[in-house]
Amino acid sequence: MKYELQYKPYSERAILIEWPSKIDENILQDLLLFKKSIEKKYDELIVEVISGYNSLLIYYASTINNLYDEFSALKSLYATGFNLENKKSTLWEIPVCYSTALAPDLETFCKNTSLTIDELIALHTAPLYKVYFIGFLPGFLYLGGLDEKLSLPRKTKPSLTVKKGSVAIGGNQTGIYPMESPGGWHVIGSCPLDFFDPTLSDPCFISPGDTIRFVSINEVEYNDISSKVMGGLYEVKSVFL
Amino acid sequence: MMGKVKIIKPGFFTTVQDKGRFGFSKYGVPKSGAMDQLSFDMANSLLGNDQNAACIEWTMQPPVLQFSEPTAVSLTGAFTTAFLNGNTVEMCRRILVHPGDVLKMNYCKKGVYGYVGIKSGFLTPEVLNSRSFYTSITDQQLLKKNTEVPYASFDTFEKQFSSLSMNFSIDTSSLLRAYKGPEFGQLTGEQKKMLQNADFTISNTRNRMAIQLNERVLNNLSPIITAPVLPGTVQLTPSGQLIVLMRDSQTTGGYPRVLQLTDTAINSIAQKQTGQKLSFNVINF
Repeated sequence: MKYELQYKPYSERAILIEWPSKIDENILQDLLLFKKSIEKKYDELIVEVISGYNSLLIYYASTINNLYDEFSALKSLYATGFNLENKKSTLWEIPVCYSTALAPDLETFCKNTSLTIDELIALHTAPLYKVYFIGFLPGFLYLGGLDEKLSLPRKTKPSLTVKKGSVAIGGNQTGIYPMESPGGWHVIGSCPLDFFDPTLSDPCFISPGDTIRFVSINEVEYNDISSKVMGGLYEVKSVFL
Repeated sequence: MMGKVKIIKPGFFTTVQDKGRFGFSKYGVPKSGAMDQLSFDMANSLLGNDQNAACIEWTMQPPVLQFSEPTAVSLTGAFTTAFLNGNTVEMCRRILVHPGDVLKMNYCKKGVYGYVGIKSGFLTPEVLNSRSFYTSITDQQLLKKNTEVPYASFDTFEKQFSSLSMNFSIDTSSLLRAYKGPEFGQLTGEQKKMLQNADFTISNTRNRMAIQLNERVLNNLSPIITAPVLPGTVQLTPSGQLIVLMRDSQTTGGYPRVLQLTDTAINSIAQKQTGQKLSFNVINF
């Protein structure tokens, strides 16, 4: 038992569980284990669990009969601890082409942060980024671990279209646009992979709790990987941590 | 036999919707589904359908539809006058349709979202357990002119004597019941009072994702660490704008969540036109 959790009613069919309000890998670990034990206890047709950085939203397919019964059931589930095996975390290698041809904001980003493109690449590819949850767009990963030197406030005027695969920075966050969308982050590179496939029952190959590392590729490699992805022939490199 | 509904005129924003996607929020997939689920349910009940059978949802300006095979349809939701081959047909009734029949409806008089139910539901492809249209999930985002929407033909109605009809209209009450959101407690007394008592107006920035309200609630709440949201969550932006998230909303957000509409109130606000007034009745669990 590590955290004092807050249980709040959210609607007639949802309960919010909150951890302390900060972004922290230990909280993530605890939250994901609790999420898994809730998913194990309840039928997936009756309950779905949505996660953020420091909270879980338990959403029921129909109105909750007795909110306080549900609270105590959830509390005792947390209290009994999790006898779940901590799933091995996967480290994924994500290829990114940091080229001005593919990244419309790369030059201005470097100017605004007083970095050369090489320095930016070194800083962006160094960390192991933790995947906290998926939100904003289908397949959009919320990542922790961006180097402070790469932090830059979002654009004051969002772009109407950010291309699919755009690797971008907004404030102290970095992420990959899994599909074309409007967006306010600075695009510094492009990734040739698909992060969301609605034809699969598990549409995202990366899960919360996994780790990713960006690997710099040139335009030739980018085109090569793109065509392999298109033909279903590219296998994303990964290792178990 | 497989029938087809041909979209002769598409209307303003016409889609196929069912109850939406359950179980895919963890991938960032919006719930989607009919904006006014009460009217949607009614469209299916009138036909004895499965409660998740897909309907056509239209917005303000209805489509013109032509049917290739016999079936029965129902019209619910936003109030309109409707004609089958030029003859008036009533809303909230079972309407028998013959091959070649053309269904026309006038621009809506009341409400925003209308539903065309069909016996056994429309049969566009199911993606992630739902037929509800959504960019990047389903191939189609809107029903365009000359699109054909498949359905299973059904022609045994003639032998039946009884026909179900209902008196039903959309919820027009201007008082919406809402629970306190997780960040409601961070508001000042004056801000809480305003949320509970003031009149708000539906702005013209409104779609299946969200409805913005005109009046401002000035605040100095800080953004929250990105957290889950639901359809019906009312967010308060730093500039004081209230945003009511709707069926196609994102799964997470960073603005304080000050209210959460009840299921009934979500259906009700969906049917309010731009310029209509509303207020919140803040209730406890």
